[in-house]
This record gives sequence, structure tokens and C-alpha cells, in this order.
Amino acid sequence: MPGKSSILTETLVVVNIGVSTFADDLRTQNVDVVQVDWRPPAGGDVEMMKLLEKLGT
Amino acid sequence: MKISNALSKLPGVAQAAVVMATELNRRVLSEAGFADAVIGQASTSDMVVAVEAADGASLDSAFAEMEKMLKPSEKKPGEASPPTSLDEAVERRPDSNLAFISVPGQFAKREAMRALSKGMDVFLFSSNVTREEEVELKAVSKEKGLLLMGPDCGTSIINHKVLGFGNTIRAGTIGIVSASGTGLQEVSTLVHKAGLGITQAIGTGGSDLSEEVGGITMIQGLDLLEADAATKVIVLISKPPGPRTMQKILSVAAGSKKPVVVNFLGGEVTAPKGSGLRMAGTLEEAASIACELAGAKHVSAELPSEILSQARVANERLSVSQKYVRGLFSGGTLCYESQVILRDLLGEVYSNAPLNPTYMVQGEAPSKGHCCIDMGSEEFVEGRPHPMIDFSLRNIRVLQEAKDAETAVVLLDVELGFGSNDDPAGQLSPAIGKAMDFAKGAGRSLTVVASVIGTDGDAQGLAKQEEVLRKAGVLILPSNAQATRIAALIAKGNAVLPKMAGVG
Repeated sequence: MPGKSSILTETLVVVNIGVSTFADDLRTQNVDVVQVDWRPPAGGDVEMMKLLEKLGT
Repeated sequence: MKISNALSKLPGVAQAAVVMATELNRRVLSEAGFADAVIGQASTSDMVVAVEAADGASLDSAFAEMEKMLKPSEKKPGEASPPTSLDEAVERRPDSNLAFISVPGQFAKREAMRALSKGMDVFLFSSNVTREEEVELKAVSKEKGLLLMGPDCGTSIINHKVLGFGNTIRAGTIGIVSASGTGLQEVSTLVHKAGLGITQAIGTGGSDLSEEVGGITMIQGLDLLEADAATKVIVLISKPPGPRTMQKILSVAAGSKKPVVVNFLGGEVTAPKGSGLRMAGTLEEAASIACELAGAKHVSAELPSEILSQARVANERLSVSQKYVRGLFSGGTLCYESQVILRDLLGEVYSNAPLNPTYMVQGEAPSKGHCCIDMGSEEFVEGRPHPMIDFSLRNIRVLQEAKDAETAVVLLDVELGFGSNDDPAGQLSPAIGKAMDFAKGAGRSLTVVASVIGTDGDAQGLAKQEEVLRKAGVLILPSNAQATRIAALIAKGNAVLPKMAGVG
């Protein structure tokens, strides 16, 4: 850009948040992946999530 | 889908489906023989597990297997619990540099923003992220000099690693930035088929070139490839952008010191004077110009003569009623490319994603005239996997087209690679066989034409998949553009030849 984007010049290390088969496909290609055991924030209540974000929690 | 497939393979199980109970899915289940009052009463937020088995014992073992698969995998002794947030994941791997996000759309911005704030690039697969959220996210990524691929980004190939849906492409000197997932797959596989390779293929997400977003990711991608010493030729791919964004992209591209090929599919685009930009009308042309610029001796766009004669024979065998091309696509951009080509050769084309809104048809309505249906569009994928993974809807539709006396030829795309079904040809072949038999029984001769978007490096194997389809009687062409031209020739005969370059 030039900027801070590093994935084109450095080895990929991926954090996968969501569907785990994407992590499986990356591991097949010898990419290091950390899978996050993700749960919807605020029990899936979007309004509550936005409120909590505003409160900085 | 993983569960459906696993259950289908169990002994004594004839078929199995695990889907959300949307109206469309309930109808598909009923057509597959699962007509049950309980399914009729289920709502869209219910999940239906439907299994057809030879006996009670097979049924019991199928349900036991399903229970096992739905249960979260148990921790091995001594194994740490998985991180529950991006923060925890980065604590464990401080060298993490990419967040791959596929959570439901309403939660996606939150996760993407957190990744950007940690200085990570983002691959945002999630759809249903609002345009406002995308603008907000990309303002941050631009300011920080980070790459945000998405939202709704299906494919990228970074340092020869496929993110999401994509193919195994050899290393080379062509760099791609694409707002279209299947457009990227088609161009990269055509480059591979021509014996060349790529450096990077950066997906931007489908709405990056909207006027609101203004092509932020495409311009960043272009700058990155400009700075990348290994990239000698740059290819830009998108459906036609808004006029202001188009000018912006063209002016940045014109400033590149490297040759740039631009494919704004079907858009009326003229390169700025003296810019040296190479404009391509189709994905195939973009790949072929890029290969030439990258040093390929000769890239043939000519239709294979053997297939040409088969197409002429197929045309001669048509009944009077058989007039139309019916395209059934899992790749949205391939559906678009076929319409661009068919409009030139045959006139206007109906579609659920038409070039011209006058020719709009609902995807689930019967086909009309020359018709190209994008089966990956919203109406088909609610509560069920994408048609690259789950072939049940396309198989039903192939048979439906065969039953229509006006169908002359069925045109298909078949995607291989990461993310796609393990055996697409095996999924399609029985339905194609049934469709051809039905037409034959009705005194008609139905031809099916397809292209396989894949390479010899893909797990499904390009040659193997093509062979299975050929055995089922399908005419196989090396690109979607060529398959479309052959379909037009079959429907219309020699009348289309004067409009087809390179055909004798």
C-alpha cells in the first residue's frame, strides 16, 4: 500500500473463527491454524451485543 | 452436509438428508420420497433429518451415527481447551497474521474489527454484512494498510494456499485481484490449464466495487501486486462496477508499471487513451491475454474440431420443438459470462440474475426461452449448502429441463477444488442419465454440455471427473466460454457460426 499487510510476504498463520472445515482444508495445505470455539456474543442477542460493545465490555 | 454424506454411506441406507426445514427444502424432501406430515409442520428454524433405510436396524445405526456427529468432539487427556475468542487465539499464537471469519453476518463485523485492531489481515467469508458495515470496516483496513478480503468472499489464494473455495494452481507470474469467487476460479484454472501459474489471487468480496465502497480492496490488491517482484502480469476481474468506481480503478491500473488485464464482465469499458491496459470481454479472454503477456507461446481459444462435429450432429437430431439453451450454474459469475456470450450469439437471455432486468425470471419458476439460472443465489441456498457441495436441487432441475419439450441443450459448470463436493461428476451423472433417457423416451435427443473448473492438482482430479461425465454422455469443453458457444451451436446450428471467431 505500502502498509502493514503481511500475509503476502510472511508465512500464513490463521485464526479460524466459524466453520471448522475451512480450518481442516488449511491444515491439509500445511497451514498452521488456531480454531476458535466461537459462541454468539450476548447469547445471540444482537441488540444486547451492540449495547455491551458501546459500554466497552 | 458432512452428516448427510456420512449417513448416506452407511450400510443399508439408501439416502439421507440433514437440512433446515425451509419451504424449498421441504419440497425437495417430498420429491425425494420423504412425504411426512411432521416435515410439513416443521418451520424454517427446525432441522430435518430424513433417512431412507432398508430395515429398522440400519435406521437405528444411522441415527446413532448422527447423534455421535452432532456431539462436540471430546477433549483428549492433556489437551488444552480450544480458545473461545480471537484474543485468546492470538495469545497462543502471537504470530497469527490472518483471521478467517465465517460466523453469521450479524456478528461478523465485530470479529473483523477486532482482528484489524490487532494488525491482522482478514478473510471475511460471512455474507449478510451490511454495506454500511463494509464501508466502516474498509475505512479501518485502509487506514491501517491491512487487507480485508470480503465480506462474502469465497476465494483467495495467498502464497499458494487456498482460502475457502478454490483450486490448486501452479506457481507462476500472474497475479489476480477479483471481486468474483468463481471468476477467480475460472481464470486461475485456465491459466493452469495453459501451462502457466499464479503468484497471488486476492478476492475482494462481491460489493467492493460498489460506489459506496469504491473498490478499496481492489486498489490495495493492485498496489500489493505492483510491489510484488514475482508478479509480472496483473489481472482484475469483476462484474461491471459503478461508473465512478470504474474510472477510479482504471486510472490506478493505468498507472501500473506492469501489464494489466481488465475484465469487467459484459460492461462497456474503454481503456483510458495511451494507458496500455488490456480489456477482456470474458473470463476466458482475460486468462488468454494474461497468458500471452506472461510469455505463453500460443493460447488457443479455438473450439476442438471433434466436439464441433459432435455439436453439429446434435443440432441435426433436434426435434422441431427443441429451441433453447438452458444453463444451470453453481457459479454466479459463470452464469453471467454465459449470458454475455449467448446474448451475442442468440439474442436476449432470461435469468434470475439477468444482464437486463427486463429478462428477469424467478429462479424456481420454469425456464423460459434461452435461460441461465444461478443456483447459488440466495433463493436456493437458504438453509442448505451451496450447489457446489449439494447437488440435489441441480439434479432435480436437470430432469425438469429434460421434460420441457423446448429444451435443446443443458449447459452446466462443475467446480472442483477445496470446499466443493468430493465427487461432483458422480453426483451429477445419474441425474444426467435419467434426463437423457426421459428425453429419448419422449422422442427427443437432449445434449448436455459442461466445463469442469479444476486442475490436475485438485483432490477430485480434473481428468477423472471429466471422464465420468464423458461416460454419462456429456460434451466436455475446457472453459465455460467454450461450453457456452458449443451450447449455442447445438441450439441454433450453423446460423451462429459467423458470430463465432476462430471456428471453421
